[in-house]
Amino acid sequence: MADYKLRRSLLYVPGNMPSMLQNIPLFQCDAVQIDLEDAVPLSEKDAARILVRRYLENYKDRNKEILVRINGLDTKWALDDLKAVLPALPNGIRLPKADSPEIVERLDTLLTEYEEELGLEVGYFRILPSIETAQGVLNAAKTALASERLIGLAFGAEDYTATMEINRTKTGEELFNARMNVLWGAKAAGIQAIDSIFADVNDMESLRKETELIKKLGFTGKCMINPRQIDIIHDVFAPKQEEVDYALEVIEAIKRAREMGTGVISLKGKMIDRPVVVRAARVLNTARAHGMVDVVINEEDINGTE
Amino acid sequence: MKILKKGQAGTMQSSDLMVVVEPAEDLIVEIESTVKKQFEHLIRAKIDEVLAKFDTKSGRISINDRGALDYAIEARLEAALQRAGGK
Repeated sequence: MADYKLRRSLLYVPGNMPSMLQNIPLFQCDAVQIDLEDAVPLSEKDAARILVRRYLENYKDRNKEILVRINGLDTKWALDDLKAVLPALPNGIRLPKADSPEIVERLDTLLTEYEEELGLEVGYFRILPSIETAQGVLNAAKTALASERLIGLAFGAEDYTATMEINRTKTGEELFNARMNVLWGAKAAGIQAIDSIFADVNDMESLRKETELIKKLGFTGKCMINPRQIDIIHDVFAPKQEEVDYALEVIEAIKRAREMGTGVISLKGKMIDRPVVVRAARVLNTARAHGMVDVVINEEDINGTE
Repeated sequence: MKILKKGQAGTMQSSDLMVVVEPAEDLIVEIESTVKKQFEHLIRAKIDEVLAKFDTKSGRISINDRGALDYAIEARLEAALQRAGGK
């Protein structure tokens, strides 16, 4: 539970638009993903990466995590993207088309080379791979273990439905199995699971429903294409006061249980044992990241002592 | 960088600028800006600084500024110079 960085909301910002780039400090999201890939026309790839480099060099007092979505490693632009932006020290790279662990490993090697060249500790640059093709979904479990740099797996529903030759719907039935594969891969590797964008910026109701659904499934964050979507996403991910109160009661109850020499106790007629405590600890850690409580839950609270 | 051919970069969107560089015998910098009255001297200073950094000593540099900040001025001029063949 050490790395409990909130990544509820990851906003895409087009890399070739100064008017959007220079608003990055003002957006209330947890992270931005400056886009050199789909948001930049082929004729502007060179100019966009220069713009992003110069922007990041000037953005010194950073107040959120900065990822740069480079072009796919199978394109002729990817290496120039890395060369241009890494010296300006983004926190990490959003890697499109992470169809296999080998692709992530290749980026890992490149990042190590840049870290050595720039005099940074190895592992400074993080990676968030996009699982956005049928092949990527099939390999998600292996991809999640491909590098120590991974902060999570990100599901890309737009590209995924395109490769599946299907339409994306607002209710998302067509995405269930893919989302679960991404989730299993991420959870088994102990990293975060980040959901896809929701494309209709005028339909806030469906955005809320989709965010509630993916939170229920286990995703801890969602990508966005418009800052107007931030509030709803944060609202859905914020722990409810009742959940927090209940979690605090659970922790108290299990402490009482251990004093009595047992690992299980009843709270308001419900059985409390280790898995319930683990979930409560998770709620409290999230609540702490939201500034709702200041208790620190450690391993001893969860597992007791020998 | 030496300007070998015409190079253009940027857009006419707000907070951006359009830069056109062309070969010329002397160094000529022309600035049009939505905020010309207040900021022409600062834009010119930034352009001069970037030209000096890239060791560009001659050429016609035309700027059409839409209220860009320094980083964007630097980036667009740099992109235009690169496209003008000056590696």
